Amino acid sequence: MFDRRLFTNFDWTLLGLVLLISAIGVLNIYSATASYMQVGTTYFVKQIYWIVAGVLLCVVACSLDYHLLEDIAYWVYGGVVLLLVLVLLAGKTSMGATRWLHLGFFNIQPSEPMKIVIIITFARFFNRYPVFNGLTLKNLFYPLLILGAPALLIMKQPDLGTAILVSLIACSMLMYVRVRWTAIVAVILAALPIIYGGWHYYLRDYQKNRIINFIDPEQDPLGSGYHIIQSKIAVGSGGIIGKGFLHGTQSQLRFLPEQHTDFAFSVFSEEWGFVGCLVMLILYLFLVLWGLQIALRCNDSFGSMLAVGVTAMLFWHIVINMGMVIGLFPVVGVPLPFFSYGGTSMVTSMVGVGILLNISMRRFMF
Amino acid sequence: MKDQQYIRENGEPKRRIFGLSITAAAMFFLLLTRLWYLQILESENLLDQSENNRLRFVPVAAPRGAILDRNGKVIVSNSPSFSVAVIPQDVKDKDALIDSLSRYLNLDRAELLGKWQKGKGRAKYYPIIVASGITRDQLEFLEENRLRLAGVDIEMKPVREYANGMLAAHLLGYLGEISESEMDIEQFREYNAGDYVGKSGIERSWEMELHGADGGRQIEVDARGRFLRTVTETNPTIGNSLVLTIDSDLQKQTEQAFGDKAGAAVVMDVNSGEILAFSSNPGFDPSLFTGRMSPEQWKSYLEDKRHPLENKALKGQYPPGSTFKVITALAGLEEGLIDENTTVDCGGSYKVGNNTFKCWNKKGHGRVNLKQALKESCDVYFYQLGERLGVDKIAVYAKKFGLGEPLGIGLDNEKGGMIPTAAWKEKKYGKKWYRGETLPVAIGQGYVLTTPIQLASMIATVANEGTIYRPQLVKRIIDPDGKVVKEFKPRVIARIGMKPASYRAIKDGLLAVVNESRGTGGMARLYEVKVAGKTGTSQVVKLRDNQGNVPYQFRDHALFVGFAPYDKPEVAVGVIVEHGEHGGGAAAPIAGRILRAYFEGKGIIRKPVKKEDAVDAAEVAPEAGKEEQKTVNSEE
Repeated sequence: MFDRRLFTNFDWTLLGLVLLISAIGVLNIYSATASYMQVGTTYFVKQIYWIVAGVLLCVVACSLDYHLLEDIAYWVYGGVVLLLVLVLLAGKTSMGATRWLHLGFFNIQPSEPMKIVIIITFARFFNRYPVFNGLTLKNLFYPLLILGAPALLIMKQPDLGTAILVSLIACSMLMYVRVRWTAIVAVILAALPIIYGGWHYYLRDYQKNRIINFIDPEQDPLGSGYHIIQSKIAVGSGGIIGKGFLHGTQSQLRFLPEQHTDFAFSVFSEEWGFVGCLVMLILYLFLVLWGLQIALRCNDSFGSMLAVGVTAMLFWHIVINMGMVIGLFPVVGVPLPFFSYGGTSMVTSMVGVGILLNISMRRFMF
Repeated sequence: MKDQQYIRENGEPKRRIFGLSITAAAMFFLLLTRLWYLQILESENLLDQSENNRLRFVPVAAPRGAILDRNGKVIVSNSPSFSVAVIPQDVKDKDALIDSLSRYLNLDRAELLGKWQKGKGRAKYYPIIVASGITRDQLEFLEENRLRLAGVDIEMKPVREYANGMLAAHLLGYLGEISESEMDIEQFREYNAGDYVGKSGIERSWEMELHGADGGRQIEVDARGRFLRTVTETNPTIGNSLVLTIDSDLQKQTEQAFGDKAGAAVVMDVNSGEILAFSSNPGFDPSLFTGRMSPEQWKSYLEDKRHPLENKALKGQYPPGSTFKVITALAGLEEGLIDENTTVDCGGSYKVGNNTFKCWNKKGHGRVNLKQALKESCDVYFYQLGERLGVDKIAVYAKKFGLGEPLGIGLDNEKGGMIPTAAWKEKKYGKKWYRGETLPVAIGQGYVLTTPIQLASMIATVANEGTIYRPQLVKRIIDPDGKVVKEFKPRVIARIGMKPASYRAIKDGLLAVVNESRGTGGMARLYEVKVAGKTGTSQVVKLRDNQGNVPYQFRDHALFVGFAPYDKPEVAVGVIVEHGEHGGGAAAPIAGRILRAYFEGKGIIRKPVKKEDAVDAAEVAPEAGKEEQKTVNSEE
């Protein structure tokens, strides 16, 4: 069943790169949570469990031929959208917002798999889609419908961060397919009134606050602005070589909020300085470029679309999280792949890597 | 066809991948310039800020909302609790400090030391709580000796105070520290480790209303982390309060009516579904769950065979026994199989095939009509009727009354009971339904299970002739200023369209149960108000008629469902006494006492002052012990 070529072509570079980043992440979580009072299994040990679980999932994801995904794409898409609808219905009965669906013995958060599912669905859609000189406005109708349904459902939960990510992933894939300039301009013009309406009728107050605070963090130094100010201080005070492992005052004295999850990179920047950050940026850039290379070397369009999508997913997580930590973007609660503490993010990212490995090792088979 | 690659053919993939790579690199470059700006250009300035970062954020827990009864009496509120914390970096002599603390607080030295060790991994300025819930005297003592106790800090936080001790403990639920798995749930996103959350009952189901929003203080500390001053402060928002439908006086009487027996009672307003009392006996002390339960206490709760920690009114599922005959009878009347005058000759048993089904009265009831059959709870009458109806017809009517699924009282883990059908058995056991199995079902045995909530609701629906209300526990939500945030109106689940004559025939029988001679429910009788009801005795295990010494856990359950006043029903009650043996002997008198308390509360029955006290004292012997315990607690 297994072709030996699969093994010889296994992309050790990619897996090694991901494990290297994860390992640095674990060390960083150790430092970030050193000042916590923890009962039972500590965070960094749990993160190791998650990495192991993630790698196992990753192996599962690359053991089956990725072309299977093409056959089941629409079914999976329909299923997850249905779950998103169910989340909204279930959320209503239990009063208040919920992103989780309780399935008796375990809970799932369908907005998370949607990040991967939208990639598969778009790859399937565009695989045999004739495009000459880029997509026209008319061509964009179905793709925007495919994107719009889950994105709106996720936004409604409300989970702005994930909704934006899903949209960015989809848009990146559209850019790869190519969209005509006229169509882009038309979509932007159409979006303006929607954005206006969304701001006034759709966004929750706390979401608006985050955006306002991003523009002017001093406005609410105790609330959400506190995150940005403290994070900027942490990053900047790291200087060129940093304060040293376990010696970041901002993190050890717990000025930083959520310092082992969304603001993990802030801890890292403080302790390892500009040099450390540069290394991390290079590692992550290498990861992204490698993903794109996989897309290029893949011989079928479905595979290369998939690779572009997964890479875009990782890319946007990285950029948004880092941008947030250093005060370039608003605080939207997006984790840094392989680096922030958390099982959900680790699982999604590892499944993504599994797909990349899958494509990479089967590149000579078609 | 995988070869037909339009995108590739038309788009020079190489060029586009290159474009994407450049875009990605550019974005990373943007991040890098920002890092350059922060970490190199602005570094000195920000390092300065970090070194002078003497501002710390201290969350301030929001006081939880109160829980009031329907008349505005406070059942649960908050009182300040003082904890002793130690700030390691400020401590000069650790051993001396532990010694004096153990002396002042009368605590074990090893215990104090153990708590201290636990907090070791944290930052040195971070307070470690070594004792909580200290008394005012101890507090004063510590305050006076503050100078000698360098590094000791006293923290105040609100804790739950239960005005009536153990009253309605199961319904209210208790609080506990948020667990790790709860922290992962979206709902608890804003919570911090160590926060208290509702773990059961109302406290849990209405957590979001009760909790409020934590505030915080930004404080300035000196270079060693000692508090200097408060810079800014956001006040916590006190949680909303709940006004329950419960009447705390009636609740108290209901609980006392059980004495030391185990069981549950639900008292419901017939015309709105509001729950007036909701009790599960024996009770427990919810205040013990917020930290200071002794192992002995915990063990005694766990080992009590009456299961004090179990919410029997919510989660208990019992065979309804003869109280279920109400459903069987209604089904027979509606299906036209019987009328008031149909009679059956009861010879003490009934044969189907090779099986003999016994009536509880082995001598037989003779020739009985519906009224007599209900009154004397003749099993043979209902065996015959049940056989003619068939299990599925009985199930149809039972389900019309809301049996077999949760009614939606609004508490977590409400059970639904069980109404068997032929199809259910086929699916569950892969066996077909035998005719003989229908007979026990007709008298509320066999597979049939109901909850106390369902029993109360069922009899209320008979009383109001066909309206099922959603059982309601919360009347309104009010904000800390007392303004109404949300008012909950009675909600009708369903209206059962049946002939008024059918209800009348049933009610006629139920009146006889309580008020006529040879009726099984005579002990629920009140002379001032006409009570109607039905007794039930349900088997826990099949026993041969050995009336001798049955072990407690195998004794029959006793049940009673009833309503009053007969002519214009207001209140319905469902009572189950676990292993109480006889519905008429064990459950009916309790129901009678509950109903008496209800009408006394309304002023319809006059309280016989002297006698009542005497009865209370006699009946409520274990209750007296509870009172004692309470005073001990408040002294602590």
